[in-house]
Amino acid sequence: MTNYTLELSDVKKFFGRRLIFNNLNFQIKKAGVYGISGPNGSGKSTLVKIIAGIIGTSSGKVTHNLNGKEIIPEKLHDHIGFVSPYLVLYEEFSAWENLELCAQIRGINLNEQRVIYLLEKFLLLNRKGDLVKTYSSGMKQRLKFIFALMHSPALLILDEPTSNLDDEGKSSVYEIIKEEGSKNIVILASNENQDLSLCPEIIDLKNFKE
Amino acid sequence: MKSYALFLKDFSSEIRTRYAINSLAMFIIVAISVILFSIGQERISPELTAGLFWVVIFFTAMSGLARAFVSEEERGTSLTLQLIASPTTVFTGKLIFNIILVFAMNTVIAILYAALFEAFIIQNFSLFLLSFVLGNIGLAISSTIIAAIIAKAGAKGTLYPVLSFPILLPLILTSVQLTLFSIDGTGFEKSIFELAIVVSYDVIMLTASYMLFDFIWKE
Amino acid sequence: MIWKIFLFLLLAFVSVAGIAFPIVERPSAWYEFPLIPGLEENAKIIFFHVPTAWLTVIAFFMSTVYSFKYLKNKNLDDDAKSYTANQLGMIFCILATVTGAVWAKFAWGAFWSWDPRQTSIFALLLIYGAWFALRSSIESEDKRATLSAVYSMIAFVTVPFFIFIMPRIMKGLHPGSADDTTSGPVVDFNMNSNMQLIFFLSLIGFTILFFWMWRVGYKSLIYRDKLNKQLIRG
Repeated sequence: MTNYTLELSDVKKFFGRRLIFNNLNFQIKKAGVYGISGPNGSGKSTLVKIIAGIIGTSSGKVTHNLNGKEIIPEKLHDHIGFVSPYLVLYEEFSAWENLELCAQIRGINLNEQRVIYLLEKFLLLNRKGDLVKTYSSGMKQRLKFIFALMHSPALLILDEPTSNLDDEGKSSVYEIIKEEGSKNIVILASNENQDLSLCPEIIDLKNFKE
Repeated sequence: MKSYALFLKDFSSEIRTRYAINSLAMFIIVAISVILFSIGQERISPELTAGLFWVVIFFTAMSGLARAFVSEEERGTSLTLQLIASPTTVFTGKLIFNIILVFAMNTVIAILYAALFEAFIIQNFSLFLLSFVLGNIGLAISSTIIAAIIAKAGAKGTLYPVLSFPILLPLILTSVQLTLFSIDGTGFEKSIFELAIVVSYDVIMLTASYMLFDFIWKE
Repeated sequence: MIWKIFLFLLLAFVSVAGIAFPIVERPSAWYEFPLIPGLEENAKIIFFHVPTAWLTVIAFFMSTVYSFKYLKNKNLDDDAKSYTANQLGMIFCILATVTGAVWAKFAWGAFWSWDPRQTSIFALLLIYGAWFALRSSIESEDKRATLSAVYSMIAFVTVPFFIFIMPRIMKGLHPGSADDTTSGPVVDFNMNSNMQLIFFLSLIGFTILFFWMWRVGYKSLIYRDKLNKQLIRG
């Protein structure tokens, strides 16, 4: 089970003078897969970015705790894995180089065993030396998963995780989501019913517009 | 070290694409050629030479130093960096890259000037070296923080010199003065005030940049 | 309403007094000004040039304060205040540069000679211009406010270099620079008491004018934004 907790209290977000969502309150204390749903433009990507610490709230607080101690914003990226359609990796490098460089910039040693396991799981092992420029969009999406998982984060945030994937890719992703959900917290934002069927609890952003 | 790893990533990327080496080198050659053609056979004074030296340095910097941040924004990899590094690490890594780039560019410019401009004869070499090092650092710091701003503004290249020039003006004015002193052979004692200005500029801009970068980087 | 009339009368008096009162060797009447060696008739520009120069710096300072507040609280009202201060600051900067150039023509023979103070006011003009250029290149309100606030603060950090250090080390023609032994009529108070009076009245009058225009400016910006938001809503 996980020692990680996430809490959102009275989170409100404006873009300029336009309200995105208001009075958002929830707590996640147990491992599992949690869903965020809502129509396009309802603020799913915004909420997911706020949880990941990429953008800030207009008011209210997001607190990440590990073993009872709060994680400071500068260190948050060590504990989070993030996948989204607008995430882009470095195309002039190969998959392996990308993962290696990212580990070095994170300041950790590359966990070769784990990376090879993930490359195998996502069917990219034989293309690991090829430049990302040559990848198809499905392959890039799968590489993003490896990028999100290679440092074994306690919180996995997935925005539209099955975009660009064929059925085989989707089933690899679902397997990983279930695997991660059994010991870590997975937050999944999507409007695909198939994705959301993995989530026992779902927050619908339609309810937070006032 | 994390910032160093980020610098190495940019450096490896640079070696693969060879952007800076190609276009910046050409820019330096073109800029100096334009000046030489305009001067023609005229003899120009040391004052003018020192000024033109920093003119080429300024415009070369404006050509090449924004890339550190603009390339990340354009390709969408800013998000990637946000997910793997703290803002301080990002700024330090980009700053290291720009400092190295500035030193490389300006050394080339200095060598070309020494070869091509007859008034560019350095009498007080150690003063020149000191003001060169301090001035380059200041140039890199200011250029990097302004590059971060325009990258986030999604602005075209023309905005970069417009924003950078007022910020760099105290540094350029003082550095031109110091270059002139080193050509004239003025001693250290007479240049202490100017050197102090450059040192304080470097320190102040570095502090301000680190404090403000968080606001630029995180939306 | 009363104080607006008062302000109008004050500035009218200052303008008339500043321009029309004669300068004589030995002032005897209350409306006569003393002769300051080196400046003579041109001394009158002090009533207009110095206040506008002071105010452009104050405007810039205020804009930086509100930029800092915006970065702390992310309240767009602070951004509106900062914007209005910069608008006014730019106007006063242009006025200060022009009145300075006019004086330069009469006193030194040329409109512009890159004296350190002239360079400083020009640099301030460049900063204002760059700031507006930056703002107009960003669509999103939040980003625009944040990035221009950051630029304000970076620019503010370089301003002390211009105002205090450059004029001291570089030779200049301006009263108060390294070359000038009289160190300027303001610092020395070579003005006699009625000149001082007009001068301070001018300073006060222009300052009140500035704050009034600033208040009107930022309030109308905020109202306009709120009206726009209502229009979008309904």
